[in-house]
Amino acid sequence: MLRYMIKRVIMGGVTIWVIITITFLIMHNIPGNPFAKEGKMTEAVYHNLMSYYNLDKPLGEQYVIYLKNLAKFDLGPSTKSKTRTVNDYIADNFPVSAKLGVTAFSFALVVGILLGIIAALKRNRWPDYICMIMAIIGVSVPNFILATLLIEIFSLRLGLVPTSGWGTVSHMILPAIAMSMMPIAHIARMMRSSMIEVLGQDYIRTAKAKGLSEGKIIRRHAVRNAIMPVVTIVGTTFANIVVGSFVVENIFRVPGLGKYFVQSITNRDYSVILGTTIFYSIILIVAYIIVDLLYILIDPRIQLTNSDKKTSFFKKKTVESKWG
Amino acid sequence: MNKKWIKVLSWTILGIMVGTGCGSGTSTKQIEADTNGYTSTDESSEEQVEVDGEKIARLISGGEPGSLHPALSQGTHESIILDHVFEGLMKRNEKSEIVPGMAESYEISEDGLTYTFKIRQDAKWSNGDAVTAKDFEVAWKFVLNPDTGSDYAYQLYYLENGEAYNSGSIEEDKVGVKAIDDQTLEVKLASPTPYFLELCAFYTYYPVNAALQEEKGSDWSHEGATFVSNGPFVVTEWNHDESVVTIQNDYYYNKEAIKLDGITFYISEDLNTMWQMYENEEIDIDYDLPTDVIGQLRAENNAELTIGAELANYFYRFNTTQAPFNNVKVRKALSMAIDRQLLIDEVVQGGQTPALALIPGGVSDAQGDFRENGGDFIKEDIEEAKKLLAEGLAEEGMDSLSFTILYNTSEAHKKIAEAIQQMWKDNLGVDVSLENTEFQVKIDREHSLDYEVSRAGWIGDYIDPNTFLDMFTSWSSQNDTGWTSEEFDKLITDANSEFDVAKRMAYLHEAEAIFMEEMPIMPIYYYTRPYVTKPYLTGVTKATNREVCLIYADINKEE
Repeated sequence: MLRYMIKRVIMGGVTIWVIITITFLIMHNIPGNPFAKEGKMTEAVYHNLMSYYNLDKPLGEQYVIYLKNLAKFDLGPSTKSKTRTVNDYIADNFPVSAKLGVTAFSFALVVGILLGIIAALKRNRWPDYICMIMAIIGVSVPNFILATLLIEIFSLRLGLVPTSGWGTVSHMILPAIAMSMMPIAHIARMMRSSMIEVLGQDYIRTAKAKGLSEGKIIRRHAVRNAIMPVVTIVGTTFANIVVGSFVVENIFRVPGLGKYFVQSITNRDYSVILGTTIFYSIILIVAYIIVDLLYILIDPRIQLTNSDKKTSFFKKKTVESKWG
Repeated sequence: MNKKWIKVLSWTILGIMVGTGCGSGTSTKQIEADTNGYTSTDESSEEQVEVDGEKIARLISGGEPGSLHPALSQGTHESIILDHVFEGLMKRNEKSEIVPGMAESYEISEDGLTYTFKIRQDAKWSNGDAVTAKDFEVAWKFVLNPDTGSDYAYQLYYLENGEAYNSGSIEEDKVGVKAIDDQTLEVKLASPTPYFLELCAFYTYYPVNAALQEEKGSDWSHEGATFVSNGPFVVTEWNHDESVVTIQNDYYYNKEAIKLDGITFYISEDLNTMWQMYENEEIDIDYDLPTDVIGQLRAENNAELTIGAELANYFYRFNTTQAPFNNVKVRKALSMAIDRQLLIDEVVQGGQTPALALIPGGVSDAQGDFRENGGDFIKEDIEEAKKLLAEGLAEEGMDSLSFTILYNTSEAHKKIAEAIQQMWKDNLGVDVSLENTEFQVKIDREHSLDYEVSRAGWIGDYIDPNTFLDMFTSWSSQNDTGWTSEEFDKLITDANSEFDVAKRMAYLHEAEAIFMEEMPIMPIYYYTRPYVTKPYLTGVTKATNREVCLIYADINKEE
């Protein structure tokens, strides 16, 4: 177990180094520069800015400087701010995104799984149709439209919550709903199909024959088995949602991290591009490790390390493939 | 053993993941305690308006400020805040006229090169320190210091040796600004600059508290707790990506004229959000309206709407190094063949004015309005355009014209480009395609002349024709058309060393005439700044080249 964890962490480290290198190369090769603007830019000003941010040095040297600073957990300055560094951006804004993200994620998980179970149990009857219509709406309505609509109804028409901003629970409700619609839809659809498949299995029939109550069958046997594919997508979903959403943060004026992922690229804000990429990679890698741990918890047949030869991924796949 | 451990670990993690989320839904107190830094601001300020009867105006300043230090600011999303918390040697009064601010008087030498400002005795910083001439000297030299890396350093190139110091080729003490004593500031210019007094009201020229600046650099500007300024208001809180809170500066010399108790600037870049906040009375003024909202408000003649003046134009560049755009007849034909008024009424919808020359209205020359005296240079005439195009193409040995309009990705630019594409197609039978790229890529391609026709806009830095003309000199980094003219260059140089206003304006009129005769760009419209204010907010001012200003505003809510 410990060995497995160490292995995963080392692999994660290598992955991040590869990501840094590739991102570094790509971002310095796309056209544009951090100081481009329609306005005036004299040569002296441009030169001073380039040297202020060490961008006048050869790329190789910049790369080494970056890695050296990174080893000291210094993600560098932002070309759009002379007040805050990339570390500040993450320290100030990630907690906000995380709070909103975790709320939206928990909501999505509970609602998505419930909708999926209900739809599967009442397959091809009206509860199923209602759940799946909701899921389709969740997938197909872009969240900026949903967000604007939510504000129009709940703030402007009903006056229940403020249009935007951050600070109280009432500020969180609408953005959390807007952010959770897509994952709810994904989780519900996946839960439904996986549930339907499990319900057709022999062991469910056996359980019924044994005389177990329907509730018990569903809780003990059906849901526990059906949830595995959902767990697989939950890791990525969690990582995506917890770092914030550009669109939702913009519309609801949430002081989160999400917008820096997008704006840094349009601004060619190199340190911010790298910093947010690294940060996201770490969260994603951690989320994957957690998902692996969850597998063992839910399905005792899965073991992370019982032999040295087979990797955990391989092992898992063989188990997963049993459900076809 | 091993397994048990995993189980415990995983449940804990799952517990934390779900627990924190659910917890926030159920326990209100916890959250409020956690986000204290964020909560207090807008909650308290909103309540203050209602509970204490304090007059707090609320508006949106734009994106997150990169800095609230006058030397380090990069654009209007910062300057709109700076304009309310700092004051330069000169300032704008209730009518947006340039009047002495921190300076109580000034003298200009006969050659127009030396300005001597007397600083007011009663001018004070928000921490009680007196504002002295040294605060200006320190501030201006900090802007020009190459190590500062200031984006707007070129705004101070008017000072003697300003550019040389910023390029690192001369020592700091050679720069033409010097505090003779606490009250006297002597400024030497590189060449006579008729609009220098106006520049003294521009934010890059604002002073900073010299003692603070020399002690810890620009750190004082990083948060509300340490922020010190000399204007009508002072920053008390900077909640990143959320709001900048200001209150009235108790030490401001002209405190009696200030009616508002404070201004809260919310940070947002989403036009629809701003409009919804305005509708919900969460802000009192919205000066960045979505196009369709402007159209609707104008159609219903809404009393809250004001069409503010703006010193800016929207135009298309021609790449004059490429056939057939090297031919002036082709450029003229294209420029004559669009219906600007129709474009404004149906597409842009902000009450803009068709641009039939380079320089917008609202700039004065010796005899009055520069634009009125200069007249129009473009006559929209489809028949004449067809004739010119045929001639031009024949001269270039071509029989048909097809090209691409380059614009940076934006819904508004796209709509305009589509309309112009259609007009050119219908009126001249030319085949136009559209290409949108990211802003950065567009700028790069313009610099390397890798385009045929490209969209652009320009906002005047100061109220003078030169701000629009000097960008098209052969040495300008913003020319980007490949067009140069020795005659034009000479007129601009002459104008800028001429201190006689009438003669100088004559040069500039002539330069504009040459430019329009050659037409390396196609002017489309002059911008306006439509904004809405709630009926209870009065006294909002708008200078043509600045954002809205609430310094003299008042809130009169009937309880």
